[in-house]
Amino acid sequence: MYPADLKYDTEHEWVRIDGDVVTVGISDYAQDHLGEVVFVDLPAVGDTVTAGDTFGEVESVKSVSDLYSPVSGEVVKVNDALDGAPETINDDAYGAGWMIEVQLSDPLELDGLMSAEEYEAFIASEA
Amino acid sequence: MRFIPVSCEDRESMLRAVGCPNVESLFDSIPDSVRLHGGLDLPDGLSEMEVDARMRGLAGANVAATSLVSFAGAGCYDHYIPAVVDHILRKPEFFTAYTPYQPEVSQGTLQSIYEFQTMVCELTGMDVANASMYDGATAFVEAGLMAARVTRRHRVVVSAAVHPEWRQVLATYAAAGVLEVVTVPTAAGVTDASALTAVLDDSVAALMLASPTFYGTLEDLASMCAAARAVGALAIVAIAPALSAVLEPPSVHGADIVVAEGQPLGNPMSFGGPGIGLFAARDMHLRQMPGRIVGRTVDADGTPAFVLTMQTREQHIRREKATSNICSNHALNALAASVYLSATGVAGLEGVGRACVAKAHYLRERLLATGRFEAPWDTPFAHEFALVSKIHATKLQGSLLGAGYLAGVRAADISGFEPSDLPDIDRTDDLLVFAVTEKRTRAEMDAFVQEVASL
Amino acid sequence: MTEQLAHTPSIAPARGPRQLIFETGSLESRCVEVPALDVPSASMEEMLGGRVRQTALALPHVTEVEIARHYAHLASMNFGVDTGMYPLGSCTMKYNPRLNEDAVRLDGFAGMHPSQPVSTSQGALALMAGLADALAEVSGLPAVTLQPAAGAHGELTAIMVFRAFHTANGDPRTRVIIPDAAHGTNPATVSMCGYEVTTIASDASGGVDMDALRAALDTDVAALMLTNPNTLGLFDPNITEITSAVHAVGALAYCDGANLNAIMGKARPGDMGFDAMHINLHKTFSTPHGGGGPGAGPVCVTEALAAYLPGPVPVRDGDVFALEWPEHSIGRVRGSHGNFGVMVRAYAYILALGGAGLREASEQAVLSANYLKSRLRDAYDVPYDRPCMHEFVLSGARQRRDFGVRTLDIAKRLLDHGVHPPTIYFPLIVDEAIMIEPTETESLADLDRFAEAMLSVAAEAAATPDLLHGAPYTTPVRRLDEVRAVKQPDLRWRPRT
Repeated sequence: MYPADLKYDTEHEWVRIDGDVVTVGISDYAQDHLGEVVFVDLPAVGDTVTAGDTFGEVESVKSVSDLYSPVSGEVVKVNDALDGAPETINDDAYGAGWMIEVQLSDPLELDGLMSAEEYEAFIASEA
Repeated sequence: MRFIPVSCEDRESMLRAVGCPNVESLFDSIPDSVRLHGGLDLPDGLSEMEVDARMRGLAGANVAATSLVSFAGAGCYDHYIPAVVDHILRKPEFFTAYTPYQPEVSQGTLQSIYEFQTMVCELTGMDVANASMYDGATAFVEAGLMAARVTRRHRVVVSAAVHPEWRQVLATYAAAGVLEVVTVPTAAGVTDASALTAVLDDSVAALMLASPTFYGTLEDLASMCAAARAVGALAIVAIAPALSAVLEPPSVHGADIVVAEGQPLGNPMSFGGPGIGLFAARDMHLRQMPGRIVGRTVDADGTPAFVLTMQTREQHIRREKATSNICSNHALNALAASVYLSATGVAGLEGVGRACVAKAHYLRERLLATGRFEAPWDTPFAHEFALVSKIHATKLQGSLLGAGYLAGVRAADISGFEPSDLPDIDRTDDLLVFAVTEKRTRAEMDAFVQEVASL
Repeated sequence: MTEQLAHTPSIAPARGPRQLIFETGSLESRCVEVPALDVPSASMEEMLGGRVRQTALALPHVTEVEIARHYAHLASMNFGVDTGMYPLGSCTMKYNPRLNEDAVRLDGFAGMHPSQPVSTSQGALALMAGLADALAEVSGLPAVTLQPAAGAHGELTAIMVFRAFHTANGDPRTRVIIPDAAHGTNPATVSMCGYEVTTIASDASGGVDMDALRAALDTDVAALMLTNPNTLGLFDPNITEITSAVHAVGALAYCDGANLNAIMGKARPGDMGFDAMHINLHKTFSTPHGGGGPGAGPVCVTEALAAYLPGPVPVRDGDVFALEWPEHSIGRVRGSHGNFGVMVRAYAYILALGGAGLREASEQAVLSANYLKSRLRDAYDVPYDRPCMHEFVLSGARQRRDFGVRTLDIAKRLLDHGVHPPTIYFPLIVDEAIMIEPTETESLADLDRFAEAMLSVAAEAAATPDLLHGAPYTTPVRRLDEVRAVKQPDLRWRPRT
C-alpha cells in the first residue's frame, strides 16, 4: 500500500527521490478516498512550486481536492497522460499515476517528510 | 387552514409522540428576549375567493401593455406565445419539481434542459450552453467574470450601446471589487471603433457587446471580435434570440461567449421578470462556465439518461472557489423557451424574425414621413430603432398613451442611461426606442402613424 | 406475471427514456406559423446590412400533438410536490397553491411591460409595496428590495450593500466569517464580493462556537453570514451574543433566510440583531421551484442600510405608488424590477394565510419535523440530539460502518419505496448526512408513509445491503454513470451532417 522507497507528507502526497529531482504523486489512501478521479489540473513545466502550497487540483465527480507540494523547486516534467486518462491515478497511484517532477531548490525539505512506516501511523492516527 | 392537512387530533398524537406538552414548547430554544410574543402585525388570512378578488383588483389597476398597442421593447418584448407553451408549464410534474439532484426521478426536467442547451447552442452557434441564468443582465455580467477567470485579467471593456440597465448591473458587480469596467462610447448608434482601439490592450479580459444594441442597431461583429482577439481578450456578445433564425450568430465572427435575455422565447413580459438568461460558450472554456449543466450518459442498465454534470464548478462543491454563486436558476422559463422553439421550429422562428424586421423597417419609414421625428443615424437595425422626437418626447408618449399606444421607450427613462453614451446626439432626452414584434399589424401601425401625424 | 397479463397492453403513460424532441416528427412538421406578412418589405439582406443568417439552424420539427406527447412523457418521469412528499432539507418543498398560478397569468400582471409609465402600473407597484411591507414585518427588518432573483442573488446583494456601507464609513474591510455548516452559496457569494472567507467550526451542540467566533472577529471583518435556524435545523440559543459580538467590532450580521419557514411569527431576525437577510419566496412563501427556478430572493435590511439598497424600490405616497432610487444605492443587481411573477404568487400566499396563518405554518412545520425525528431516532444516528426546528439531520454512519451501506444507497432505495429522498451529504459537518424537512403541508398519513419507508430501508440495509447498493430498480431509469458524464461530456445533441 505504501512503498518503502517513497516519502510522504501529511496532505497525502508522495515523493520519489532521484538525486535533486523528485517525482510527486498522491498516495493510495488519497486516491481511495477521492473515488474515481475524473479531472486533474497540474502546473506547467517551468512553474515554481513551494512546499506546503497548492500546485494543482484533483477532482472526482462530486469533490475537488487541492494538491499540496511536499517540496519546493521548479517543475521540470508534467504527466500529460493524466489529461486523457485521470483514472490512472486510481489504477496506479505510485507508477503511471505520477503527477510532476520537481528540480529541488532546497533538498533539506526532504528531511521533513515521513517514511512509509510513519505515514501509515499518521493515517491510523487520523482515522 | 387549507394548506395544512393535519387535524387537531393528529396534532395531539404527534405531540404525544414527540413527548412535548404543546407546540409552544418546541420553540424553547429561542431565547425569550427575541421571541415575538404579540404575533405578526399582518391582516387576517383570506378565503380563496377573497384572495382571487384582491389579485384581480390589483391586476385591474394596471393597464397592461398587452391591452394597448405596444411598441415598447428595450429588452422585454411582446411576442406571440403559442397556446401549447403554457399548457406544458402548468404540468405539476414540471413546475412543482425541485432541482434535478435525484436524476432517477427527474429525467423529465433533465432531458428538457439537455434539449434546451442544444437549442441555445443552435441559436448562438456556440459549443456549450448552461441550464440558464437569472436574466440577460446577470448572464452578461457572469460572462465578464468568466472572461476574467479565463484570461486572468480584470478589466472589461463594455460598449455604451449595450442596454443601460445591463451596464448598470455590470458596474454594481464591479464595484464589489472584482472587475474594472471601461465604457466605450457610441458613434452612429453602435460602438465607436476608434474609441475602442484606444482602450483595447493586453490588460483587457473581455470586450462586451450587444448586437442588436439597445438602440436596435447592428454591430460590425467581425471587426469587433477580431479587435478583442488581437489583444487576447474574449469577445462577449449579447443577442436578441427571437431574431436568431434571421441574423448570423456571433460565433461566426469569433465570439467566445454569447448571452441573451431569453424572455422573447415563450415567456410573458411579466413586468420584466422572471425572464431567463441564456449563456453559451466554447468547449475549451467549459470548466470556467457558471451555472448548472446537464449531460447525457447511461444508467446502470446501459440505458441513455441525463444527469447534472461538471458540478465541481458549482458553489455546493467548490464553495468560495466556485465559478459563480448561482444555485436556483430559471429552469421553468427555460422549459418555456424549449417548448416555444419546438412550436416554432426553424420555419416559425424565421417567420417571427422576418416579420419583426420587416414591420420595424416599415414603421420607421412611416414615422419619419410624418415629420415628427429625426433619424439619429442611418445604421442598419433589426426589430428596434431609435428616433429623436421633435416635440418633447414625454409629452408625445403621454398623448399617445391616451390614444391607446405605448410609443416606445424613452432612453433617458432607462436607469443607467447617460447622455454621454451617445456623444453624437444632441437631444438624447427626446430619443425614443421603438420595438416592433410580429404581433403588430399593418392596420395598428398605420393607425399609430396617423395618430402621431395628428399631434 | 402471467403470460396473458404480459400481453395486456398497458394504458399507463410510458415511463423510461424517450427520444429527443429533435429526433421526433417529420422534417416538414409544423406547429405554429406566423401570419402572412402584411407590410411591404425590402430584402432581409438589405435591411440587415448583409448580416442574414447563413449558418445552418437545427430546431425541432414537430406538430402540436407531438409536443404534447413529448412533454407528457417527460413529465411522467418527474417527481414533484404533487407526486408526493418531497422532504429535502433546506429546500422547503411545500405545496404550491393553485390560485397563485392563476393569478400570475392574469393579463394585468403577465402582460405588463417593465418600462410602462407608473400611471399604468399602479396595481403592480401596489402589490410590490404590499409584499415588501409584509416581508419587513416577518423579518423585523424595515427596508426591502425585491430585486434579487434567487437566494444566492439575495446574499450577493446584501454583501454588496454591506461593502457599500463599510466603504462609506471609510473602511470596506477584508473578511467575512462563515460557519462550517453553511450553504456553499455563502462562501461563493463572499468571493464574488471581493472578500476573503474565514470559516469557523461549529460547537459540540451544533451552534456557533463562541470562542472560535471571538477569535476570528476583528476590525478586518466585514460581516458574519449565519443561517439561523442553522443547517442542522437548530436555533442558535446564543444568537444575541453572536450578533452583539459581531457589532462590537463594527461588523454586520447577515441572516441566510433559507430556514425562515421555522420561525414565522415566532421570532424575527431583525429582533435577533441581524442587519440584513434574504428571503426565499420559493421556499417559505410557497412559490414553485419549477425544476430549479425561478425563485426570488428579496433582501430585508435595517434603516441604517436602507439607503444602500439596489434601485429602484417601490414607494407609497398616499394612494399613489412610484419607483425611487435609494440615496446611496449600490446600483442594480439585475434588469427590470425583479421576478415579478414570483412576487405575485408570494403575495397571494401571504394574503391567504395572514399573520396568524404564517405562524401556524411554522408551528406545524416544526412539529412535523420533530414528529418525524421521533419516529426515526432509533433506526438512524441523531448526531445533534435536541429539539429541532423545521428540519433535522440524521446520519447514516451506523449503516455505513455496520453494513457497508452509504447514505447515497439509502437515498436511492427510498425511491423504490415511492418517496423522494431527503437532502444528503449536507451539511458537510455531519458524516453521511441525511437532512429531512417535511414542511407543514404533509398530512400525518404522508409523514408516516415516509417514516415507514425510512424504517424499511434501515431494515433492508441490515438484512440485504447489496439490495441497496443496486437501488433504485423501479424508477424510469436506474443509477446514472456520473463518471462517464464528466469524462465523456455529451452536453448537447448535434444534427447529423
